[in-house]
Amino acid sequence: MSQHITGAESLVKSLEHADVEVVFGIPGGAILPVYDPLMDSPSVRHILVRHEQGAGHAAEGYASASNRVGVCMATSGPGATNLVTPIADAHMDSVPMVAITGQVPSAFIGSDAFQEADIRGITMPITKHNYLVTRAEDIPRAIKEAFHLATTGRPGPVLVDITKDALQASAEFVWPSHVDLPGYKPTTKPHGRQIKEAARMIVDAHRPVFYVGGGVIRSQAHRELRQLAELTGIPVVTTLMARGAFPDSHNQHMGMPGMHGTVGAVGALQKADLLIVLGARFDDRVTGKLESFSPKSKVIHIDIDPAEIGKNRYADIPIVADLREAITQLIPAVTAEFDAGNRADLTAWWITLNHWRETYPLGYDQPQDGTLSPQYVIERLGKIAGPEAIYAAGVGQHQMWAAQFIGYENPNTWLNSGGLGTMGYSIPAAMGAKVGAPDKTVWAIDGDGCFQMTNQELATCTINDIPIKVALINNASLGMVRQWQNLFYNERYSNTDLQSHSIPDFVKLADAYGCHGIRVSKAEDVDKAIEKSMETNDAPVVIDFQVHRDAMVWPMVAAGTGNDEIQFARDLAPQWERGDD
Amino acid sequence: MARHTLSILVQDQPGVLARISALFSRRGYNIESLAVGTTETEGVSRMTVVVNVDLHALEQVTKQLNKLINVLKIVELDDNSAIARELMLIKVKADDQSRSKVLELVELFRAKIVDVSGDAVTIEATGSRDKLEAFLNVLAPHGIKEIVQSGVVALARGGRSIADRSNKNSDRSI
Repeated sequence: MSQHITGAESLVKSLEHADVEVVFGIPGGAILPVYDPLMDSPSVRHILVRHEQGAGHAAEGYASASNRVGVCMATSGPGATNLVTPIADAHMDSVPMVAITGQVPSAFIGSDAFQEADIRGITMPITKHNYLVTRAEDIPRAIKEAFHLATTGRPGPVLVDITKDALQASAEFVWPSHVDLPGYKPTTKPHGRQIKEAARMIVDAHRPVFYVGGGVIRSQAHRELRQLAELTGIPVVTTLMARGAFPDSHNQHMGMPGMHGTVGAVGALQKADLLIVLGARFDDRVTGKLESFSPKSKVIHIDIDPAEIGKNRYADIPIVADLREAITQLIPAVTAEFDAGNRADLTAWWITLNHWRETYPLGYDQPQDGTLSPQYVIERLGKIAGPEAIYAAGVGQHQMWAAQFIGYENPNTWLNSGGLGTMGYSIPAAMGAKVGAPDKTVWAIDGDGCFQMTNQELATCTINDIPIKVALINNASLGMVRQWQNLFYNERYSNTDLQSHSIPDFVKLADAYGCHGIRVSKAEDVDKAIEKSMETNDAPVVIDFQVHRDAMVWPMVAAGTGNDEIQFARDLAPQWERGDD
Repeated sequence: MARHTLSILVQDQPGVLARISALFSRRGYNIESLAVGTTETEGVSRMTVVVNVDLHALEQVTKQLNKLINVLKIVELDDNSAIARELMLIKVKADDQSRSKVLELVELFRAKIVDVSGDAVTIEATGSRDKLEAFLNVLAPHGIKEIVQSGVVALARGGRSIADRSNKNSDRSI
């Protein structure tokens, strides 16, 4: 029997069919029809945020922590445009997300109506796909397709913009049994011959490296990766997006490569004769100057997105596939080569790698003036909260230190804005992560600059019983910009002094939001504050760690230079010449 | 850098032209010519896009286009095995003295006069880019008042249609 319901009801029903358990959003005029039936949904929980950007990042954090689709909702015009930053963020970091926006009635489109913005046009370059739906009967199909697109192939954000008249009209509800997208058939099965060739190249290499990117986490291929790594004994580096894809405690792990990577990881890539690239995209922050990146290596590049292969670096063996399937097939192919007696000796390579690792470990100096070291705070947090916790960072120095000084053992425990570099990501993303993984301890590691962009979501956290913990690395500066001003602009600190050791008073701010606020400015108080926070779950906790402002992120490959020019501390470059290079 | 002609089959849906043209511009490639029209299949449009890029960029832009959900198939048509045509309307000065000379050129290039006035004629010409360029060169001395030109449309020679070519996603070897 056919069932006629409104478009708004059909949207809510569609979300239920798509197994959505939570939507982050804010109502407004054009989306208002949806909020009425949403109240009655038995399975979809709506969390009312304070800013649409918070809804978007919360959806991202939820998705990144739980491997489910993050859903956010906003009204037309400014509601929708406030989602633009998180949508772009999700696009860069391949986060599965569905954004639903209300649109002015179809008869008003193009008339510069109140709260009208062409959000489909605006988000075309930053979504995997987007829809403008103007008829009630088209809503279920658009939602079904949106979830399919967001989660399959290379994941990403999909926006569904629905006009108010479509939400108000009534139509028969039909949940499509399948999706029909003739232009979308992602290749997930690797090419058998390419796998064989890759296996041969892997066993022949004398200085191979697994260059592991965020794709390993998105495809949930971490177990297979570990198996392959242990089978081959090849060193592993994990990019900023891949922290947790391979255990930091593992002896084969050389750390994070890139602009602020370890000397060992950067050196491994630079001096390799084979890069086995798994779900990574040769980002400029990893390669440094592309022309001098890993000059002697051949490349096996495995990615679900054919457009990433050969984009920045030629691939000798390109493989388009889901990583989990590809690695699963590589394991027997490599084993067969080993059984046939083909196996290059990696002893010399490991001697070199271990030498770098021992000579240039990650480290930091304690401030001379007795003030608190930000690296120490983050290191202690990692030790006390441990590898079972989830960490969501903002963007800047604290993000790099959190990537460096916390030991990650599991995927989906390190969330950050890697590609877009969105300040303000941390608090709402941590909120979303806590909703997606309620049994986990979730720490937001944020800077005082970032925190002041999105901290209003603390209200959302307190009211909705989402007890996140915030380690505020407060150096009263836009720290990373200040570091560049120190290094490259003659210490002329133009507009990077935020004065946030006094304004605002973050402890009072926490209190105002119903959170527990703690201020720490001495090293001996760090552990106590973190431990107390770990025990506190009745409300969010904000620890205002007032830290030294001149601490810098090292190692560093200065922008525009090659990775060989990495400095592990100011004006200190490693000695590469050992072994055959 | 070289000129490449891409034939793109797309779902005929609102916004698809914007998606494609915006992709070219945001990835930093200039479209030299663009023509869009319907095809023998309902709901499917065909775009013929001419770009001037090197081979690496061509591969990138093709892969990026393939990622658009509304794009069904992309085929590069090379000059040797495809027929490419564009249409041009040219308004040329032609009074009683010069008209016959202009008409002679029109005959020579197998073009057509489609409008005549006291001091000008309007010519409809189709052909390859080279032919139209040559035509314009010989008309120039008479005084060209106005030109309008279509994008290139192109079809592969032989009996096979674009639909017979392998689908975009079945090509795993990239």
